[in-house]
This record gives sequence, C-alpha cells and structure tokens, in this order.
Amino acid sequence: MNTYIPQIGVTTGEVILEFSYLLAAILFIIGLKLMSHPESAKKGNSWAATGMGLAMITTLFLHRDNSGTTISLINGIVIIVAIIFGGILGTFIAKRIKMTAMPQLVSFFNATGGAASALVALMEYSNPANESSLVTLLGLVIGTVAFSGSMIAYGKLDGKVGDIFAKWTTYLNLFLLALIAVIIVYMLAFEHDMATQTTLSYILLVVALIYGIMFVMPIGGADMPVVISLLNSLTGIAAAMAGFIYHNQAMILGGILVGSAGAILTLLMCKAMNRSLINVIIGAFGGGGAGVDKDQGAIKEITLSDAAVLLTYSQKVVIVPGYGLAVAQAQFVANDLVQLLESKGVEVKFAIHPVAGRMPGHMNVLLAEADVPYTKLVEMDDVNPDMPNTDVTIVIGANDVVNPATLDDPSSPIYGMPIINAHESKNIIVMKRGMGKGYAGIENFLFFDDKTRMLFGNAKDSLQKLVSEIKEL
Amino acid sequence: MEQILIYFYENKEVIFIIALSIFLGIEVISNVPSVLHTPLMSGANAISGVIIIGGIILLGHADLSTFSLNMVLGIFAVIFGTLNVIGGFVVTDRMLDMFKKKKKK
Repeated sequence: MNTYIPQIGVTTGEVILEFSYLLAAILFIIGLKLMSHPESAKKGNSWAATGMGLAMITTLFLHRDNSGTTISLINGIVIIVAIIFGGILGTFIAKRIKMTAMPQLVSFFNATGGAASALVALMEYSNPANESSLVTLLGLVIGTVAFSGSMIAYGKLDGKVGDIFAKWTTYLNLFLLALIAVIIVYMLAFEHDMATQTTLSYILLVVALIYGIMFVMPIGGADMPVVISLLNSLTGIAAAMAGFIYHNQAMILGGILVGSAGAILTLLMCKAMNRSLINVIIGAFGGGGAGVDKDQGAIKEITLSDAAVLLTYSQKVVIVPGYGLAVAQAQFVANDLVQLLESKGVEVKFAIHPVAGRMPGHMNVLLAEADVPYTKLVEMDDVNPDMPNTDVTIVIGANDVVNPATLDDPSSPIYGMPIINAHESKNIIVMKRGMGKGYAGIENFLFFDDKTRMLFGNAKDSLQKLVSEIKEL
Repeated sequence: MEQILIYFYENKEVIFIIALSIFLGIEVISNVPSVLHTPLMSGANAISGVIIIGGIILLGHADLSTFSLNMVLGIFAVIFGTLNVIGGFVVTDRMLDMFKKKKKK
C-alpha cells in the first residue's frame, strides 16, 4: 500500500489519493449535471455526496505533508470525532427544519462553509511553508464575507434582522472594501515579523466580518434570493482558494464549479427581475414613497360563497402562489382545492413567478411537497399569453410578483420587473392576511382594480373554508 | 512583469483547471428549469463544503500535544465544514424527495 515508487518520488498511497480526488471531481460534475433534471436530481445529489465522502476518507488515511508524515492516530481520532459531531448536528438540523424555513437553512449552511474556509486560510497564513500569501489572504476575506453575509441573510429571512438603509451604507461599504485592499497590500508589500503578521491577519478578519454584515444589511428582503446565491458562489471561490494553497485539485475544481454555477444562477435571478447585479447590491429596494398619491379606488371584498360559485362555474383558473402560502403551510389545502375544482371540470394551473417566495423555485418545492404534479406548475412566460382567457386568477399570499406598477409606473422601485399578468384575467381573487404591503414595501394597485375581490384571512383557513363551501354547492 | 510570468508558469496546471471549471460550471447550470433552482443551489452549497478536505489536512498535521488556539480553530474548521457538507446534502435530498414521491403516482 505504501511502497515507495522511486521513479516519481512518492508512495503508492499518494498516487491512490490523487486518483481518488480525480474520481471525486468527476462525481461532483456528474452529480451537478444530474441535479439539473427533475428525474435524475436525487441520484445526482447522492453521486456528489459519494464523491465528497470518498475524498474525505482517502484524505484522512493517505494524506502526507511535505515531510512525508501521514496523519497520526491521535489527530485522526480528533478529526473523526469532529466529523461525527458536525455530521450528527447537520443531519439533525436538516431533518428537523420546516419546509418554509428552507431558504434560511441553505443560507446557514453556506455560512458554515464560509467560516470553515476563513479558518483554514487564517491558520495557513501563519504557516511558513505556505507560499501563496495573496491567495490565502483573498480566501480569508472571501470566506469571512460569505460567513457574516450569510448569517445576516439567514437572520433577515428568519425575521430576526431588519433592514438598514441609508446613503451612508454605500459609502461605508466602499470604504471597507478599500480598507481591505490597503491591508492586503500592506501585508504583502512589506516584510513583517511573525507577531505583526498574525495581528494584521486578525485585523483583516474583523474588517471582512464587518464588511459582510454591512454588505447584506441594506439589501431588501425581496432581493435575498439573489444575495444567497451570490454568497454561495463566494463560498465556492473561498474553498477553491484554500485548494490552491494545498495544490488540491478536487478542492479547486469543486470550489470553482460552485463559484461559476452560483454566479450564473445569480445573474439568471437578476434577469428574472429585470435588474442588474450592481443595482441589487447598491440600490436597495427601499419602498420609496413612489406613487402613493395616485387615486387608489376602493377595496372590494368577496364572500366565501360568492368565491365558491365564481370558481365552480369557471373554465380556466390560475393560482398565483407567494410567500403567504408558504407561511400558512397552505400548500396541501391548495392542492385539495385544485383537485376539487378539476373534478368539477375546471382547468386549474399554478403560475410560478421566478422569484415568488423567498428563493427561486421555493414555490415549486412547496407544491411538490403537497403532491402537485410539476406539469401543473407553469412558468411566468408560458402563462402570461393565456391570462386574458383566464376566468379567475387566485392570488394566494403573493404581492410584488403581480403588481402592475412594474409595467406602467416608472416611479415605482420595482418598475421593469416582469410580473404574472393577473390584472389581465377576467376576475381576480386575492387571498391576503391584511392590507400590509409586500416584501418590497410597495403599494399594489392590483388590489384596487375593479375586477379584484379580496378575501382576507390566513391563506390556509380561507382555502379550507373555500373547499368546504365548494363541496356544499 | 517577470514575476507574473513566473507565477503563471509555476501554477499553469492549476490555472488551467480554474479556467476550464468556470466554463464547466456555466455549462452545467445554464439549462436548468426554475423548478430545480432551490435544490440546485442547495446541492451546489453542499459541494462548496469541499473545504472540509482542507480542514482535515490542517487538523491532521497540527501539533495536538499542547493546547493552542490553532488547535481549537482547526477543530471548528472541521466541524463547520462537516455541517456544510452533511447538512447540505441531507437537506437537498429532503427537497428532492418531494419530486420523487410524486413520480411514483
């Protein structure tokens, strides 16, 4: 197993280790590829996990440092204990969390990855054998920003952290970025003794921590999906930087793969909202007072029995779900309503806006949980041409994604974002808890439309009552 | 200038891998239906936990005979990395379970 091969100056174990990294890298790529089709997605996830497990085990048993020493028994035991502890904790959290809290959870796990990268870079920086100072420092900064940024994103999605937005945050952020650059240059350009170096790396860590917090703080809730995707991409890059330090191909490939895939996903999301990334980062959704003075008209409510009759005698019904559906856990009742209406010969579809909920695909996951076949979920671009022929659109806990202000009010902060054209259908029923504004904090004129009727209350209760009302017809 | 040339030449394999991986990432993700955006983001997040390898290498060769800050930080690096990897894959699997259940019908 560990015979020395003089021709290449290494042992067989090291060859096997490198080979396992190659295998792991291939498994990551195939896994990610399989994950992009609904049929094979689960298999893809297992393949990627297998690749990771393989790389972890071979590293533990076969890795040698520059002097050729393997990982000792005691160190190995400490590592295994740490892995078991982290593994049990991770599994526990991942299994216990509610489906609605999924976006927060992804953000939280992303934070832990960023923290791990930052810690590895921090310690490697003081290792004299490490020659890639610049890459190490960049890894430290990027990992730290990914960590503190993701924690703030987690807090925001969980409703624990509010938004701070003022002009000064933009300037402060630019100042912090400049400060980070100055510290890095100062560290690299001049010779420092060990103690100064360590102190400077800790100062860098603190500044990067603050930058991560201040970077996410002013960004409005509606943009959180974009931010999480961006931070995910950063974590990948930070892992790749650490891979650069160790000349570890599996880490480099895995990290960069996530980095570029995350970047593309981020841009796709920005495109779905018709905004540039810069605009998302700097010009936070503030809920500026735009359009407040416009003549709003009156809100009209609908009774449950009227809603039941209207729906039962329709031919085409489109349901637009939003975060309110997720919060109320109303996906199961929504499916009951669909099946009931279909048994009465009504054609029902779900119209999914790319940024509905708190994450792209959030609604798809929720509705899939309630066994809604994914052929019933129609994307925005496919459903819009059909909207004028739709008899009733039911908006369940969605707001900004059906706000017609994006189409005709240039003063609106979300002007230009493509929406589901609910206002074009013949009737609109809006299920909402109250007259509160959407996540972007903007008034929605759809609610004042002549064709719109409001059904106030918790989405789950309203749907349940609606279902029993229709059954009695 | 000469330094940059040397740096490029010495790290050419790594730079090759990075360049190709960027295109690979773009290619792999570009034709994804939005149904899968959340699970894919979550799966990619789990893969970024590959930093755990770095944690294992670091803690594996650390001097554990005396108590030090580095030792504590190293242990935390491994725990955080594992959280990212295992939590990430388990949560992705849970999300994808929902797609599968429906397929059997």
